[in-house]
Amino acid sequence: MATVPNRYRLHIDWTKCDGRGLCTELLPDLLGRDKWGYPVALTEERGSRSDVFIPGSRLEAATDAVNLCPLIALALIAPTAKR
Amino acid sequence: MTQLTQQVTITRMDAPVGATRLFAAGGRASYRDHVATYGNLDFARVAPGLIQELERSGLTGRGGAGFAVARKFGAMPHIRGSRLWQSSAVVIANGAEGEPRSLKDETLLRDSPHLVIDGLLAAAAAVQASKLYLYTTEISLKSVRKAIAERRDAGAIRLVEAPETFISGEASAVVNAIQTGAAIPTDRVGRLTTSGLKQRPTLVHNVETLAHVALISRYGSDWFRSAGSERDPGTRLVTVSGAVTRDSVLEVPGDARIIDILTSCGAVQSKIAGVLVGGFHGAWLTPEHLGVNLSTAALAPYGAQPGAGILYVLGADKCGLRFSADVVRYLANESAGQCGPCMFGLPEMATLLERIASGDRDPQLARDLAAMSESVVGRGSCHHPNGTSRLVLSTLSAFAEDAQAHLRGQCLRVEYR
Ligand code: SF4
Ligand code: SF4
Repeated sequence: MATVPNRYRLHIDWTKCDGRGLCTELLPDLLGRDKWGYPVALTEERGSRSDVFIPGSRLEAATDAVNLCPLIALALIAPTAKR
Repeated sequence: MTQLTQQVTITRMDAPVGATRLFAAGGRASYRDHVATYGNLDFARVAPGLIQELERSGLTGRGGAGFAVARKFGAMPHIRGSRLWQSSAVVIANGAEGEPRSLKDETLLRDSPHLVIDGLLAAAAAVQASKLYLYTTEISLKSVRKAIAERRDAGAIRLVEAPETFISGEASAVVNAIQTGAAIPTDRVGRLTTSGLKQRPTLVHNVETLAHVALISRYGSDWFRSAGSERDPGTRLVTVSGAVTRDSVLEVPGDARIIDILTSCGAVQSKIAGVLVGGFHGAWLTPEHLGVNLSTAALAPYGAQPGAGILYVLGADKCGLRFSADVVRYLANESAGQCGPCMFGLPEMATLLERIASGDRDPQLARDLAAMSESVVGRGSCHHPNGTSRLVLSTLSAFAEDAQAHLRGQCLRVEYR
């Protein structure tokens, strides 16, 4: 299993998200929108399309997105503790 | 580990020789046939060393993803020695087999149900699970029910019916089906081995995987490795269909060449347009590449993997674009419709491929299709978008000449001439 980088990630629950794009407004540098309005990770790191890496400088905005997403589709995943 | 082998030797019959292992007890094996062929298995005795033995065996999952079986076991809290382990563990035998072109799990559960039951009981003993489930389709449940009634040690296994949908066998859909009755994937942050069925640590293994576990429990890893190669040890079940004299489920060594498997089913290399390897989430191999082994390493350069051992042979007179368009439409219809990119992207992918297949001469279509297929990857709660994308991209590359011909208003296949 690939080692997970030790950074915060913004998890998108696709089963809940309806693509109205509030998160993309709060994090325009990290999230774009596809033709249907669903968020698209702009940092094209491997395996980061549903768990978008969040730089420390954007943690606050990401937290806002988690709290404001009308469908509770977002979650902030803390860096994995060393095993 | 030799210790395990020695202990087991006491009760074991002679291990099957050659590549006929899973069906060594004959068709529709009763418990009596099963014990006469493989001997008894003392689950409590094999449990302590089982995971190390599985590790040495190199057994990989036979349900599709091909993950190392020992590692999945090793992720269970009891095995990791976790003190946070509060609730008791769950083991689920997954026989949903949603792939329309796969029949191996159904065949296994019909002909060797007791090996699967043995594997489930051995796995449960190894991770100290208290809840055991076998999840499979209606038709296979009949075989399993009969088998369970024939023995005294399988009463704890609960049977749950899997619907005949493509994604009913996806691991989170399996857990969801057992928990809520809805066989659709759920969003997951962590692993099922940490928190699965009712938050309990949950091990989900394909039924064929468990049948191999049953054999490794008895005969050990060296025996398992005596078939196949160093890199691709053991045997695997394959389902061959399409342009063959008869559809077949076969047990083959891990290093079997694809062309040899196909030839044994009556396929003729010169009459093949392509072979879909690994099922509807798989990839196409063109005829000149059929000499490769049906193994993870050999198939990687072609973007394919053995998956659940599905080989669909497309006859040379058939259009691969048309066939694939039908498959992608099917996959789009099988989307659980929960995740936007999957719900909207897959039908558009199907439509684009249908237009290419039916001779629309817009040269932009293939580029649009490739871009759309790339955009849905990783953007769903399960791998359905990824698998569908893999099939589409592989179709565009394997049948590029056909696509070019369509753009010129021609068709390379007899079917449409
Ligand atoms: S705010 Fe929530 S619902 Fe809206 S696009 Fe973002 S994740 Fe989806
Ligand atoms: S990705 Fe598609 S098939 Fe998978 S859970 Fe989401 S909607 Fe369902």
